[in-house]
Amino acid sequence: MSEMTETTLLSVHDLSIDFFRSGAKLHALRHVDLEVRPGRIVGIVGESGCGKSTLASSLIGLLAGNAEIVSGSIEFEGQDLARLSTRQMRAVRGRRISMVFQDPMTALNPVVTIGRQMIDIQYREKRSSAEKRRIAAEMLRTVGIPDAESRLSAYPHQFSGGMRQRICIGMALLMEPALLIADEPTTALDATLEVQVIKLLKELQQQFGCAIVFVSHHLGTVAELCDEVVVMYAGEVVERGAVRDIFRKPSHPYTQALLECDPARIKTPTRELPTIPGTLPDLAHPPKGCIFRERCPKAFARCEVEAPADYAAEGAEHRARCHLLDGKARGTA
Amino acid sequence: MSPLLDVSNMRVRYRTAGRLASVVKRMDDPFIDAVCDVSFSLEAGQTLGLVGESGSGKSTIARALLGLKDIAEGSVRFDGRDLRSLDARSFNAVRRDMAMMWQDPVGSLSPRLTIKSLVTEPFRIHGREGRDLDEEAARLLTMVGLAPDFGARYPHQLSGGQARRVGVARALALDPKLVVADEPTAGLDVSVQAEVLNLLSDLQKRLGIAILVITHNLNVVRHITDRMAIMYLGRFVEQGPTQAIFDQPRHPYTEALLSANPEPDPDAAKARVELSGEVPSLRDRPRGCEFHTRCPHARDLCRTVAPTVTKDAAAHTFTCHFPLLPPQPSPR
Repeated sequence: MSEMTETTLLSVHDLSIDFFRSGAKLHALRHVDLEVRPGRIVGIVGESGCGKSTLASSLIGLLAGNAEIVSGSIEFEGQDLARLSTRQMRAVRGRRISMVFQDPMTALNPVVTIGRQMIDIQYREKRSSAEKRRIAAEMLRTVGIPDAESRLSAYPHQFSGGMRQRICIGMALLMEPALLIADEPTTALDATLEVQVIKLLKELQQQFGCAIVFVSHHLGTVAELCDEVVVMYAGEVVERGAVRDIFRKPSHPYTQALLECDPARIKTPTRELPTIPGTLPDLAHPPKGCIFRERCPKAFARCEVEAPADYAAEGAEHRARCHLLDGKARGTA
Repeated sequence: MSPLLDVSNMRVRYRTAGRLASVVKRMDDPFIDAVCDVSFSLEAGQTLGLVGESGSGKSTIARALLGLKDIAEGSVRFDGRDLRSLDARSFNAVRRDMAMMWQDPVGSLSPRLTIKSLVTEPFRIHGREGRDLDEEAARLLTMVGLAPDFGARYPHQLSGGQARRVGVARALALDPKLVVADEPTAGLDVSVQAEVLNLLSDLQKRLGIAILVITHNLNVVRHITDRMAIMYLGRFVEQGPTQAIFDQPRHPYTEALLSANPEPDPDAAKARVELSGEVPSLRDRPRGCEFHTRCPHARDLCRTVAPTVTKDAAAHTFTCHFPLLPPQPSPR
């Protein structure tokens, strides 16, 4: 199964995840493929309920207790994370893969100083406490907290939201992981702070060289930060490719609709904004055929019976799950 | 014709220490000004957007207008009456003509009431019994694009977009003249957000209501408002026609805010105005121009002297010593 090339850091193949809820099985992720190369920033976009956070949690082994990996593999640095024991996963988590969460207000322990938390996170390292403290202060400086040394003894509530998210990012990078997962890291922040955090992530990525999986529903920040983009809809990856291909030549009707209804793209004021009519399908009983068919303006007979394969679209490594692309895909599929 | 809502020099204060504590600690001024010297007016059928970051005082303005927070200074005239001079009973009568859409669409609906009783609650509160509530519920739900059988459901059975529609229906129940919408699209996906905005625009066109929209989302402001005001530390730093401000902001804070709106285009020219630092505390307002601690163009004058309000044509106002240049007349 493994087609990992040397240049791939993370390779998710055919990943399907079910949630058990009151006797019903919710097929939250279905046949997801994802590749992340070292040092790249990959954005995962989609609307609420599309499975982007489930995918992110599965990469770091933090799925909820009622979730089950039904099929597929998550290859990372020669191991299949989907098959690791709790103990083996613990050795990877925080060290090789770390995570920044959405809400900086609740991600830090409110009754422990920032310094203590940043020292504790280095528990695996054989360093003296003084050395750990020095490294913690240095990281605070790196993420732009002024007066780092003395701020180590401050508690989380003494920092503003933007500062706290900087601290969270610093803590995630403290162990110099190969992969950083950022789940909506700027959603809770104001616009001017969001811009600061995006810029910080970009700078740190260059400094530390880690790859970043950036989960967001904000198309603007994804366009700005990411090298590659994965578009998800109702638990499936419907399109993936380089950021320019996705924004310039969106090939899946869902991606096209999503881009069209973003009011940020519409420069002339209008009081009739485009929408995507219809609602998400019931993931307990996903419809036969294409998952987007019921809301797709371009659906035809084949979409009702056959789930589309991953067809190649225009551009290098640009793929989309839509029958409209069949034919262009000859020779590669 | 006088405007529907006319606010002048409004100041709203919050107490930061209790009465006893402020005496013990010998605080001269145990208050902070959450809203400071704010003036604006809103005509029937028009939409005004209040924009600003967290803590800038946007929601406090809404609360003060609706009588949920006392106004310390200034005057508020609504529909020809001075709201501050009214007693509780006459205020309640006026209050019928003002409706609020709360920020959290699901949280603002009581989880134990059905949708039908939620949308007809305004009739019960304002004593307009005698109407057929079933009929009213069906009318309101249809108006916001929900099937009448939604009336039997409970809030937890709704999606975010549907809950928002119920919020709109509640707000419109009493045929208000003014709707105050606090972050009407917060937490909604872009496709649903567009539906809600279209619904608001459509209802405004049909019913001629005035809307005050509070949001930090500039994309929303651009599409649904006629005029906009930008707030910083409880003050308006700029106010004017939405299109004019988007074309050429005059205040550096507006410029920074507009440019901090990432374009969904990887090749967009990123002429970004970056602000250093964070918003100062309301307890310790900077001297001079309150924006000078973060302003990329700040000069010595800004650090000592507070700028006054400048007004150009089209009632575009801004508070800055060194405003950005106005647009050059185009050669065409």
